[in-house]
Amino acid sequence: MTLTNNPPAAKPTLTQRGSSALGDRVFSWWTLGTGLLVLAILGLILITTVREAWPAFDAMGLRFITERVWDPNPATGDAIFGALSFAYGTAVSSLIALLFAVPVSVGIALFLTELAPRRLRGPAVTVIDLLAAVPSVVFGLWGILVVAPALVPIYQWMHDVFGGIPLLGRLFGPVGSGRNFMTAGLILAIMVTPIITSITREVFSTVPRADKDAALALGATRWEMIRGAVFPHSFGGVVGAVMLGLGRAMGETIAVALVIGGATNITANLFAPGNSMAAVIVQQFGESTGTFTAALIGLGVVLFAMTVLINVLAQVVVRRAEARMKGSVA
Amino acid sequence: MTLTAPPAARPAAGGPDLTRAALSGRRRFTNHLATAAIWVAVLLAVIPLALVTYTVLAKGGGVMSLSFLNEDIPNSYRREGGGMGPAIVGTLLITGMAALMAIPLGVFGAIYLNEYGKQRPLARVIRLMSDVMTGVPSIVMGLFIYISWVLLVGEQTGFAGALALACLMLPVVIRSSEEMLRLVPDELRQASMALGARKWKTTLTVVLPAAISGITSGSLLAVARAAGETAPIIIVTGIVFSPNWNLFDGSNTALPAQIFRNASQPFPAAQDRAWGAALTLIVIVLGFTIIARFISSRFAIKER
Amino acid sequence: MASNDTNLTTRPSVAVHAPGTTVSGADSANASVMQLRDVSVYYGSYEAVRGTTMPIQQNQVTAMIGPSGCGKSTVLRALNRMNDPIPGARVSGDVLFHGQDLYAKDVDPIQVRRRIGMVFQKPNPFPKSIYDNVAYGLRINGIKGRLDDHVEEALTKAALWDEVKDKLRKSALALSGGQQQRLCIARTIAVKPEVILMDEPCSALDPIATAKIEDLIFELTNDYTIVIVTHNMQQAARVSHYTAFFTAEVDEAQERHGRLVEFSQTGKLFTNPADKRTEDYITGRFG
Repeated sequence: MTLTNNPPAAKPTLTQRGSSALGDRVFSWWTLGTGLLVLAILGLILITTVREAWPAFDAMGLRFITERVWDPNPATGDAIFGALSFAYGTAVSSLIALLFAVPVSVGIALFLTELAPRRLRGPAVTVIDLLAAVPSVVFGLWGILVVAPALVPIYQWMHDVFGGIPLLGRLFGPVGSGRNFMTAGLILAIMVTPIITSITREVFSTVPRADKDAALALGATRWEMIRGAVFPHSFGGVVGAVMLGLGRAMGETIAVALVIGGATNITANLFAPGNSMAAVIVQQFGESTGTFTAALIGLGVVLFAMTVLINVLAQVVVRRAEARMKGSVA
Repeated sequence: MTLTAPPAARPAAGGPDLTRAALSGRRRFTNHLATAAIWVAVLLAVIPLALVTYTVLAKGGGVMSLSFLNEDIPNSYRREGGGMGPAIVGTLLITGMAALMAIPLGVFGAIYLNEYGKQRPLARVIRLMSDVMTGVPSIVMGLFIYISWVLLVGEQTGFAGALALACLMLPVVIRSSEEMLRLVPDELRQASMALGARKWKTTLTVVLPAAISGITSGSLLAVARAAGETAPIIIVTGIVFSPNWNLFDGSNTALPAQIFRNASQPFPAAQDRAWGAALTLIVIVLGFTIIARFISSRFAIKER
Repeated sequence: MASNDTNLTTRPSVAVHAPGTTVSGADSANASVMQLRDVSVYYGSYEAVRGTTMPIQQNQVTAMIGPSGCGKSTVLRALNRMNDPIPGARVSGDVLFHGQDLYAKDVDPIQVRRRIGMVFQKPNPFPKSIYDNVAYGLRINGIKGRLDDHVEEALTKAALWDEVKDKLRKSALALSGGQQQRLCIARTIAVKPEVILMDEPCSALDPIATAKIEDLIFELTNDYTIVIVTHNMQQAARVSHYTAFFTAEVDEAQERHGRLVEFSQTGKLFTNPADKRTEDYITGRFG
């Protein structure tokens, strides 16, 4: 191409020329539209699920969340749909998961940011990536066929040792099949560890080098440096990471459905079978009709509301922690 | 080099004790304890990964064969033999369709956030809500598509599954693509603008190509994640026992759903099929993950 | 030398500026608290600083000056093993502290840093209260006795007590830059080190805050030995007794190495440098 062949413009126009300016506008509107899709989907989820669940909410009222009985096909009378037992199962299994996952995740994050020799850092990151890549249904399969049976003797032993202690012993009650709150919590712990680890690690890595140097220059050991410089800086971020992990654990469906035991049950015994909100939906949706379906969708509404709430809070906490970090560095 | 004050040796006697022994026992112990705890944490993550990998390889490898990948699923859990052909077809079709929908939309959403919205209130809300949407349980997404698509068209289809997976992938693609767009140096944009290019042209011909490897790898990770989603498939695609190549007509199935259905059966034949399906699924998911990692390490834009 | 010491430590604090001009005959070796002997610092296979030999005299201020990239901060960080956490960093030669090699096998870097403290370029108080910043080092080192007294003493020595005594529980991040830096000095002296290393402590501060820190540095020589890295020659001339001039050399392989050119009494170095390169630098003909 030669420039000499171009006809010289008669007069340069610096004002916007119609067609390409229009292109700019169309393009920006189109990208905005795709961005708004996110808000639209979230809004639609709320509207459609609430509408579809309404018959159940209407029939049960507030008892939908305060009633512990869930009986879709009673011998006599109306069906009863109370979500309390499942909410309890969701809470207990998620809390067990966090109890195990949080210390491990913080430990791995510290390993990656403070402790690991450079040549171990890559492999350790790969382990976490792979843990995150394994589909949850595979953990569920492994949980129901391998972990649950293998844990029965351990549960039995714990029941024998701690079962007699007043109060505390109630947590370690009689053992059934190995499919119970505890197993569900343990499998969940494996699944939320990668997410908590990756966020915690990011938070730790934003701790200014200067702060760590300051602690070391005072004669702090590595652990004292972590406590004195790393933790105070990252507290908010870690809290956010834990909340995100909680949100993930509460919403996890398949693995829990396979290992929690499938019983409508509120008990302190961690070795007893139970059920969680998400698991009930996937287990019973296929055979449900009418109000029963509406009630299952109602469980979804409660789950949606809780996870959105937790996630919004977590994101705000993480963002604020990040902003504060940036502020103090400048 | 000039030294007006030459060095002189001085005996160590009388100097402070600088050895480790000078550190108080309690502090030394705490430091060792913490270090040990951190190592234990790493081990605790490695062990389940190793066990899962081993079990899936051992049990899944036992049933793996060409006919397993090919044959239809037996319509009774009890029956031995058969394969996962229909589920493999379903997984690839459904995930592929979901990617076709979610990736372009997600990339455009990311372009809005990074090139237009930036720190405007609306962009910040969309950013926050994308992160929140990442946390929406997949079962809820399944219910949403069931209500708004399956009830509408009147049947469970593979396309409904693809819609649900696309909704799950969308926010992940948006956020990872936005991160990649952010790494594109402003100099490139300015250079293009200075040549008189319009913003949309700059974005599509300069910014997007510069970030394309990162966007691809982020999107592939989202695809890998979606390929393993189970709950929405069970709710919106139904089940078939022979391959259905048409996503828009009739039920379908996918590997995760087959793993779930077979895992809870007491019959050894069903459990074997579950392990075989798990191995197949892991190979597919890891395939996507490895390709993604390869692309991102090979073609990554240097960070700063 | 004893007379010099006396001379310095009893000098009234009003005449703090340019102490380097008044010191003489500091060749006495037994007053050196630290010795560098042929010290080289490597990052991986790259030799950042080559063969440095110099003393650090007790209760004196030693300044390290030179153009950027000459390795002065690298040498400073080698004096209390702050390079240790940097992957691949390595030191050869001897860094002696009371005759003991800091890089000997049985030496614990934590003990080293406890006795050889460091103040950094940018004020870096912890995101805690003023009180907790000063008390941090005391607490981790298990220093017993009345914490409050130690904190007050350190803050007083750092010339900060009067400004913060009413807001000890306030966040340290609310202080001005100069106050933050003095807080960092207080935090360092609270654990009673022998030597304080300062890495361009005033580079982020305004002239008034800088003057306060310079006054403080001279005060501190009563109790401490100070090594200060500065890019500001006037500052070195004002506060130090001895000055080490570093520069960067490019070798045959086109690699830059930091190198000590000249070490001498500050007055001599600035008025009568022995090396041509020093003269070029201090007269502004370089960099």
